[in-house]
Amino acid sequence: MTIALASVLEIHPQVAVRPEAFGALAYHYGNRRLIFLKHPDVVTVVQALHDHPDVQSTLSACGVTQDRWPSFIAALTSLETSEVVREREITG
Amino acid sequence: MSAKSLVEEMKRGLDAPICLTWELTYACNLQCVHCLSSSGQRDERELSTDEAKKILDELRDLQVFYINIGGGEPMVRRDFFELLEYSVGNGIGVKFSTNGAFIDEEKARRLAAMDYLDIQISLDGVDAATNDAVRGEGSHAMAIRAMDNLKAANFGQFKISVVVTRHNVSQLDEFKALADFYGAQLRVTRLRPAGRGADTWHELHPTNAQQREIYDWLLKHGENVLTGDSFFHLNAFGEALPGLNMCGAGRVVCLIDPIGDVYACPFVIHDEFKAGNVRDEGGFAKVWKQSDLFLSLREPQSAGACASCGAFDACQGGCMAAKFFTGLPLDGPDPECIAGDADEALSVITRGSAPKPGMDHSKPITLTRKKLPVGA
Repeated sequence: MTIALASVLEIHPQVAVRPEAFGALAYHYGNRRLIFLKHPDVVTVVQALHDHPDVQSTLSACGVTQDRWPSFIAALTSLETSEVVREREITG
Repeated sequence: MSAKSLVEEMKRGLDAPICLTWELTYACNLQCVHCLSSSGQRDERELSTDEAKKILDELRDLQVFYINIGGGEPMVRRDFFELLEYSVGNGIGVKFSTNGAFIDEEKARRLAAMDYLDIQISLDGVDAATNDAVRGEGSHAMAIRAMDNLKAANFGQFKISVVVTRHNVSQLDEFKALADFYGAQLRVTRLRPAGRGADTWHELHPTNAQQREIYDWLLKHGENVLTGDSFFHLNAFGEALPGLNMCGAGRVVCLIDPIGDVYACPFVIHDEFKAGNVRDEGGFAKVWKQSDLFLSLREPQSAGACASCGAFDACQGGCMAAKFFTGLPLDGPDPECIAGDADEALSVITRGSAPKPGMDHSKPITLTRKKLPVGA
């Protein structure tokens, strides 16, 4: 899946995120993989995804300036591949 | 952040361990000659069910994602399933190591019904002769029966865990085939001179030529074979093996032993590497975050005698435990340094003068060991 500013994402329900000095550790209970989130701002964004309509509004709400959006799109793309985040399921 | 600077961050320690090993008991039905914890008999000071649950509560609060349970043979404990269920119920996944003796058909079905559970069956030879010489008579059949039961119960992907010795290096392909047959994942780890292994390491550890064989084999199989990051000393051969490639002792890894003592890693059960006890005031969290030992391990370490070696960035000087229990200085080469830089120092250390493992729970009987296969 290609992540875009309009993507609607959430943390994968089988993933736990533990903040650390360098960012955070994420653990996927399904595939038993440990993933490193290597910047505190990425952690903030990942944890806020669920509270906003799409990626762009999440980035804005987290105070990420526009010049950094491409690097956040790249980070989220990689996190989607490793199943830390996924397309949000619409619930009733 | 580059991979390298991430490793530098890891070396400064984490808020909680990534990989916590918890040995539930020193009791064991086997008496393996290389047992890291010199297990055999239960220790009367072992943690009670309630104490164990309190630790699990603490680990949940620290957001420890999963724990590695071992022993001894952890399934010997009567509250084994109770603790397993309590842990998983608290969101702490469990991977446990067992010799398989107690995985009958009924237990296999019970284990297969649980989520967030991984099982590692120990096997140190594809054939009974090679395996039983190290793990004891009947232990090969025991492990195979457990694997058959897990397969029949549709447990899914369990792990076959092999300690590499000079007698089974030539069987790596066969181990992989065995794992594939069971739909299992192969895990191979390094033989450490810890516990009873301190006495048998000199006879069992791979030869220099075999070290190269292990490295090439691991490189070829990449992430399909698990290693617990235990072969980073071999990175001096060239390309890095998969993994963080650093010593995680007290930084990202630690051990809780059956009586609650906390050590820097599962391979250093010795007072010098004991950080505290979970029964102390402040519990495990205080030991992890504030013990003098762990704080000092998180400081930059000296490369010592290895500082002038071009391979130091690759091998990091190897394994602290391997050096300690062979009597080598901690800021020097690993006893299995592929450049042979430890050979001279090792040759002048009198056998028996290296530090002795901290505790011995071996059974007080002399076991008859089968002869190792001829020519191996």
